[in-house]
Amino acid sequence: MSGWRTGAGWALDRSESLSFTFDGKTVPTFKGDTVASALLASGQRIVGRSFKYHRPRGFWGAGSEEPNGIADIHGAQHRPNVQMTLEPAAQGLRLRSINGHPTAEHDRMAFLDRFSRFIPAAFYYKTFMRPDWHLFEPRIRAMAGLGRLDLAAQGFGPSASVNTTCDVLVVGAGPAGLAAAKTEAKAGRKVILCDEGMHVGGSLLYRPARIDGQEARDWVAAMVAELTALGVRILARTTAFGRYDHGLTGLAEAQPGGAAPRIWHVRAAETILAAGAIERHLPFANNDLPGVMSAEAGLHYLARFGVAVGRRVVVATTNGTAYDTARALHEAGAEVTLLDLRGRAAAGQHPFRIIAGQTIETALGRRQVEAVRLASGERIEADTVLVSGGHTPTVHLYSQAQGKLRWDEGLRAFLPGDPVPGLRVIGAAVGIYDLSRILPGQGVVATAYGSSTALWPKPRAKGRIWLDMQNDVTTKDVELAHRENLTSVEHLKRYTTLGMANDQGRMSNLPGLALMAELTGRSIPETGTTTYRPPFSPVPLASFAGLRGGELMNPVRRLPLEAEHRVDGALFREYGGWLRPAWFGPDEGAVMREAKAARQGVGLFDGSPLGKIEVIGPDAAKFVDFIYYNTMSTLKPGRCRYGFVLTEGGAVYDDGVLVRLDENRFIVSCSSSHVQGMGLLLEEWRQDKFDRSRVVIHDTTANYATLTVTGPKSRDLLQAIGLEAALDDASLPHMALTLGQFQGDEVRITRVSFTGDRSYELSIRADRALGLWRRLKEAGRAFDAVLLGGEALMILRAEKGYIVIGKDTDGRTRPMDLGVKGPFEKRKGDYLGRRSLHLPAVADQARDLVGLESLGAEPLPVGAHVVETVAGKRRSRGFVTTSHMSPNLNRPIALGLVEGGSARMGEVVTLHHLGQEVQARIAPVCALDPEGRLLDA
Amino acid sequence: MQLFTCPFCGPRPETEFHFGGDADNDRPGAEASDASWTDYLFFRHNRKGPAREIWMHLSCREAFLMERDTVTHTVTATLALGGEA
Repeated sequence: MSGWRTGAGWALDRSESLSFTFDGKTVPTFKGDTVASALLASGQRIVGRSFKYHRPRGFWGAGSEEPNGIADIHGAQHRPNVQMTLEPAAQGLRLRSINGHPTAEHDRMAFLDRFSRFIPAAFYYKTFMRPDWHLFEPRIRAMAGLGRLDLAAQGFGPSASVNTTCDVLVVGAGPAGLAAAKTEAKAGRKVILCDEGMHVGGSLLYRPARIDGQEARDWVAAMVAELTALGVRILARTTAFGRYDHGLTGLAEAQPGGAAPRIWHVRAAETILAAGAIERHLPFANNDLPGVMSAEAGLHYLARFGVAVGRRVVVATTNGTAYDTARALHEAGAEVTLLDLRGRAAAGQHPFRIIAGQTIETALGRRQVEAVRLASGERIEADTVLVSGGHTPTVHLYSQAQGKLRWDEGLRAFLPGDPVPGLRVIGAAVGIYDLSRILPGQGVVATAYGSSTALWPKPRAKGRIWLDMQNDVTTKDVELAHRENLTSVEHLKRYTTLGMANDQGRMSNLPGLALMAELTGRSIPETGTTTYRPPFSPVPLASFAGLRGGELMNPVRRLPLEAEHRVDGALFREYGGWLRPAWFGPDEGAVMREAKAARQGVGLFDGSPLGKIEVIGPDAAKFVDFIYYNTMSTLKPGRCRYGFVLTEGGAVYDDGVLVRLDENRFIVSCSSSHVQGMGLLLEEWRQDKFDRSRVVIHDTTANYATLTVTGPKSRDLLQAIGLEAALDDASLPHMALTLGQFQGDEVRITRVSFTGDRSYELSIRADRALGLWRRLKEAGRAFDAVLLGGEALMILRAEKGYIVIGKDTDGRTRPMDLGVKGPFEKRKGDYLGRRSLHLPAVADQARDLVGLESLGAEPLPVGAHVVETVAGKRRSRGFVTTSHMSPNLNRPIALGLVEGGSARMGEVVTLHHLGQEVQARIAPVCALDPEGRLLDA
Repeated sequence: MQLFTCPFCGPRPETEFHFGGDADNDRPGAEASDASWTDYLFFRHNRKGPAREIWMHLSCREAFLMERDTVTHTVTATLALGGEA
């Protein structure tokens, strides 16, 4: 127990006492605390266990730099791996430490640390090679890792993303960011200012300073008021996590109430990066013990939350910034000793003991720090060690924007090099730490930090010196990597996992690099840095998904008559992006009844999603000739022709009927699921090869409902409802078109068939379709009409061997494989995909579409393969694409693609499926009415 | 996410666009050799640096020529194909 509340702490509202639990223990807290500050105030030192060795770990920092203080939040709003330093304390929160078995305080895996010498970097690569890594993987993974997902718990609630633009985005609301936001806003620019903290102000939230005669915090409050009045949008708890192309920055804004952080896509003309700098650690043995903390964090907890992190405090520093910490803790009543590694104390009177020029050799203590031993051998009792090893500017976004870093020897830091267009870096992020230089001419009274030195880890040090606390990487691991010749930074990173944890090496990269530089005799800039990639801080995938989940993931298209079909008892399923009736009735038995009844009387089918893309203009005939495999320009007005559209590679892309309305107007009646693709294909070729002023494409699919009337009594039904059109077979033969009227609206009547029976497709304005549909249903009673769902239609077309592209074909199927050889052999002139059909390689192993008659009583399984021995090797020679029980033939029917199938009629083949074998006879694709008499019956 | 300027609609996010291929990948005539036809079908330059490409803005359905740098992602020009815009 070492932390305590001093009574000060400006951020707290002490009027209300709250509490949350951590590993089952109740922790008192106040409004305004973070989880970390409340835990420190309660004296909790061990807040987690380390990734690999299960060493006890305490808080290091107070912000997003925190490597250790990560916990899972349980309960209704479960969130794994939450940084406790950024999480506001709230009543009733339930936290569980990570990697503790069962808790951080008592971890039965802690013994692992005693075996640490046997489990250095990459030990598992070497140890678990034989017989198979996968045998060991589950147990090793269970022992390591960070938080755990509670699969039973509800995940994040959805948060809508925001897309916005602004003139200037300012990242970081410390003194530099606030001042820049004000300058830009006063120049009339639209400004967004974001900061990852709960409060804006950055270091002014805890560093003692006066600006323009005001206390720093009062100055911040005045700035916030002024910026708000200027229209600046200020986003707190919002992390700029990534910099992308063309001025785009991704922000993640924390949300209350269990919702995922909201993603902001901010497109800014200029981005100002004022992200500050992160304090470095110092290399000494056991520098990961709980109680060893950042000096900056020590000051932060004291000033903002009134939490003194220790009673006997050693402050060790390479620079002047830690003097603020030492003074504040001394004034709060702690016993402070300051070690100034620069060799002499900062100028001025200091009310605490200063030892100059002495480094810490080791921290002592078992579960937390109890003392330090200096290089001189002196032992100083301490419950807390606050460290400042200098600062590392936060240049991630600059680097993500392809900025090249340069090494600054004076500041011993990587700083932004050449400017990146649209991005300006200011303040501590470019190594300017003194407030008087960040806010020049504003009457700043603050500590001058003076000179600084650096203390990098050295090879062959005594004891274990931690570089990466999150991934448990010590200096010995870097030395091992060097011995094994993994000296490039990218190899070093992957071999030791240095900097690969979710803190992205914020603390660990530079000391690791410095040590490798020392080992290889190179300078730090020669050794180089690893690549910075988004996200800067972890962002839940739920944030990126935004509202695109559930029904909104891929919204279905709906029929104009959906409500009517629901009244008729339709069961709806998705077909190619459309929600359509699968069958009408309480159970799947309806499918067989519908398929049988439709061939006896008349079936009514809602085919509204069928493509209706118009091709219009004097060059329309020339255009469709190029698009289709079949010659289409010879089609007479008022007639329809079935054809294929190929890809340039020669595969069948779509099939369907082309209708010629008049000389210069065609309707491409493509598959429902290909409407968008065909529209794009037509538009691309129109613009690429044709005179755009002589042919245009117009997709009218959604404008019309298409109602299909099929069956031997279909003409009788249409004549009964009176469509004011001649429907006799001489006037309207199969594959012809006529125009009729229904209650004053034009009805396009095309006589085409996807069932093999006499069929008519009626296209009418979508908003007038209901009247026609109801009339068909009413009049249909006299003709035993039945409502037909999509499943029954699939049986009817399969009985006839009519194909569905993408189901009965794949990306290799050519028109000849479907038995349509005419254009390939005879057609003159160019068309889409033509040249590919004549490539020699394409014919190899071509598969023909054939019928397959099951020799058993059951339908063949779809996907079953014809396996045969060819040249001594067993391989698949094809597969079943469609299979049904036919209610009209009273036997199973199937279609399949089989190599050389059309030449093997009558042969029996063996089909393999999930360990089962079944036999089938190769047959013609058309199983019902091969002469086509039903079309005119 | 990149920002492309449709010659008809102005700057839009890249998700509104559809890549149409290299601008110089002209379709060979019907009598093309197997080699030149398969080059047209399958061979892509995958240029590093300046590139001339055809893109389509899916919102307005107009194809256009875009000159951009595949390394820096700088878009140097977008031009309507028919010269309308």
